[in-house]
Amino acid sequence: MDLEILIENVLNAVTAGITIGAIYGLMCIGLGLIFGIMRIVNFAQGELLMLGMFSSFYLVTGGKALSFLGPYWGPFVGAICAAPIVFAGGALLHKFLISRVSGLRTAGSLDEGHFGQLIVTLGISLILQNGGQIVFGSTPVAVRTPLSAEAFLLGPVYGAATVFLNKAKLIAFFVAILVAIVLYLTLEYTRLGKALRAAADNPTAATYMGIEVDTAYRIAFGLGAGITAVAGGLMASYISFGPFVGFDYVIIMYSGVVLGGMGSILGAFWGGLTVGFVQQFSALILPPQLQNAAIFVVFLMIVLLRPQGLFGRSADRA
Amino acid sequence: MRQGAGPQLRRNFTALAVVSIAYLVLTLFVTNSYYQLILTLVPVWALFGVSWNILSGYGGQLSFGHASFFGIGAYTVTLAVVYWGLSPWLGIPLGMLLGGLAAILIGMPTFRLRGHYFALSMLAYPLAILYVLQYLGFQEVSIPMHRGNPVTFMEFSEPRLYTLIAVLLLVGGVVVSMVIENSRFGLALLAIRQNELAAEAAGINARLWKMRSLVVSGMMAAVAGGFYARVLVVVTPDSVFGMLVSAQAVVVTLFGGVASVWGPLIGAAILVPLAETLQAELGTFLPGIQGVVYGIAIIAIMLLSPDGLFWTVRDRWFRPKAAAPLPDLIPTSAPARPATARAGVTLLKVENLSRAFGGLKAVSEVSFSIAEGEILGIIGPNGAGKTTLFNVLNGVIPADSGSAELAGRPMLGRKTFEVCRMGVGRTFQVVRSFPRLPVLDNVIVGAYGAGLSDRDAIAATVRALHDVGLQDQASVAAGQLTNKQLRLMELARALAGHPRLLLLDETLAGLGREECDSVLHVLARLREQGVTICIIEHTMHAMMRLADRFVVLDHGRVLATGLPRAVVENASVIEAYLGKKWLARQHA
Repeated sequence: MDLEILIENVLNAVTAGITIGAIYGLMCIGLGLIFGIMRIVNFAQGELLMLGMFSSFYLVTGGKALSFLGPYWGPFVGAICAAPIVFAGGALLHKFLISRVSGLRTAGSLDEGHFGQLIVTLGISLILQNGGQIVFGSTPVAVRTPLSAEAFLLGPVYGAATVFLNKAKLIAFFVAILVAIVLYLTLEYTRLGKALRAAADNPTAATYMGIEVDTAYRIAFGLGAGITAVAGGLMASYISFGPFVGFDYVIIMYSGVVLGGMGSILGAFWGGLTVGFVQQFSALILPPQLQNAAIFVVFLMIVLLRPQGLFGRSADRA
Repeated sequence: MRQGAGPQLRRNFTALAVVSIAYLVLTLFVTNSYYQLILTLVPVWALFGVSWNILSGYGGQLSFGHASFFGIGAYTVTLAVVYWGLSPWLGIPLGMLLGGLAAILIGMPTFRLRGHYFALSMLAYPLAILYVLQYLGFQEVSIPMHRGNPVTFMEFSEPRLYTLIAVLLLVGGVVVSMVIENSRFGLALLAIRQNELAAEAAGINARLWKMRSLVVSGMMAAVAGGFYARVLVVVTPDSVFGMLVSAQAVVVTLFGGVASVWGPLIGAAILVPLAETLQAELGTFLPGIQGVVYGIAIIAIMLLSPDGLFWTVRDRWFRPKAAAPLPDLIPTSAPARPATARAGVTLLKVENLSRAFGGLKAVSEVSFSIAEGEILGIIGPNGAGKTTLFNVLNGVIPADSGSAELAGRPMLGRKTFEVCRMGVGRTFQVVRSFPRLPVLDNVIVGAYGAGLSDRDAIAATVRALHDVGLQDQASVAAGQLTNKQLRLMELARALAGHPRLLLLDETLAGLGREECDSVLHVLARLREQGVTICIIEHTMHAMMRLADRFVVLDHGRVLATGLPRAVVENASVIEAYLGKKWLARQHA
């Protein structure tokens, strides 16, 4: 009997870890573009996620622009539609604020402009969080779909042990995988993708190769923002959220990107997946309030155990 | 205290006394209890900013998690009253101790990280504590009233008394900060912020100073938090460990002026009343307006005046007067260099030293020795492993195998600053200066690194500046020097620690013919004073004039050693430099 419960819990943690982890993976790809490849320390990434959630919410439940799609299709189309909205927001942020403390302006400076980036994005994060409270209110909301309360049942696999697959999470999982694949192929095989990666990797060299670095940066930053926003839109279909939700996920995103290895899109995805797994398994042994604390501990362990390996360029040449 | 610190400290103390008395007089005219609370909060947040400034402003170790210490102070004071009936008069010192302890526990692992990894990790601590406190059920704890003996529990019916205590605490914090700024502690922090490796190579134990600054900073932040809890009576995890709390310290300091004692005071005096008033006036229909204002404030300040209001105002309207002239200590009263060289005695002995990076053997089975008073030239083509050899000797990177002894004491396995303290000075291929410090301070870092007292450090610095001929540039910021002057300054920094051995890495690189000659002249004079030098150089003609002996490296191995003339005629050396074909043609 106890064994049945244990098996059931473990199997459900595995499936939840995979589904939620894939969405985290998508979220991490967004930060992976900005932090991993462009090396911009973006504190406000969690707020971009939050904007993605609210975009989807207003499109589907609040503004009802997409309500004709019904409660089944609406939330997921809404999540995808969050991408262009937040992409535009991200590109504007980059144009007016981020570009002043990153890219060619700071290449080769004392700390590559990280100090300025931390401060400016901290400011953006404060404005979006608190401004969000003014605009969206502080009552938690959710994108309503009956799918979040329904599940496919697998099994019973062992005795009475059954695996529950939440429908909203399952569809979100497939959408996340799809978006991640499309993005990966675009970055890896198209001209645009190559230019973006080149500009992000070494702005100075890219300029000499005739790439418009500033534009490339803006697109890359916007993409990073938009991708994270899609993940936010997908999550909005199964959690409730408020303007301060971003904060819990910033650390998850940084853990994922750092774990997966700086500068790698695929790595960021696997990193996010791993963090999702850890989180779901910690739910087996830890009370729910401590799950987020567990993520912080994991994050600290990751950066502490691999301090140099993570940041290839930091090797100090004497 | 550092050179010229006395008058400046006196001026600052006077200004501090005037400002705090004026502030206290102001409180006498305020009767509205809400404004009285704001007047109490300004010094509290200023103190928190001062604490952040010590670690992140002077030391450059950006912390986004200073709420850890603030919150520890706040919860210590609150829980001590609730569970033990301990008065805040004792609770605040207890919180201060715990804050210092937390600083050690947090610092030990986290100082292994640098730059933005450090900043991000610091962020994680207060949030982890926040969740744990919520789990433990301390969502909202309030300090119970003690109507029997209110004063023992820091309960005053007169709210201005809180302002008085807050101002006194702030004055204490500012005095600590001023003393740090004007001592070797502050100089070490500034040096670490501007170039950590250079500071290490000059004998500064960077890890230790960073840890000290974190402990001082953590204790101060805990005091601010503890008193904050007493004033507000109720604490919640979010109100003392939250993101906005950590941001508060960053915001007031950056806004007011980073790495200046006055910065956090100016920032708090402007931003705290502004944000509180907005919150009170508009908070009901615009919740979170405080955060928005802070966000706009730090973005604006970062883009318009990245170092903060204090520095912008000072640079625009109050150009600092020329620094105090060099004290006239030279050269008679300067302590003589320690042992003059005893010719023929081996100073440095390197045996079978190896270091590989993956499959690349950068240094492979290298053996050589240097006698006291000798100038040994290390030459070899690019990529021969010359700089790696110095880095290994210097403790920047560990060796794989082999040994190196300085006057019989093993050098390997020590940290960079320890090697420096054994008497090994070092300059770098790319000059590593502290660009925003004047030349004098750049050089004195080397003297402090060697552990000299303040008086001896000044004397050694002045002497080193004279040795390299930079005595007239002493008060110029290093960032404004020419390449040659920078090279000489780095040399002076190494000399100020009275080294027995100097490791010079391409000191002549990038210099013109005449500049080169004048640096060579300085080196020749050092040799007359008995300094032992090991120099890496490409310029052959310069080396032929300077060096007593050559060691030739190629692909990490010693190709030849010996007198300059013999070495340059050695066939394998010519081959390594000029190629086989060239050699064949010579013989043909």
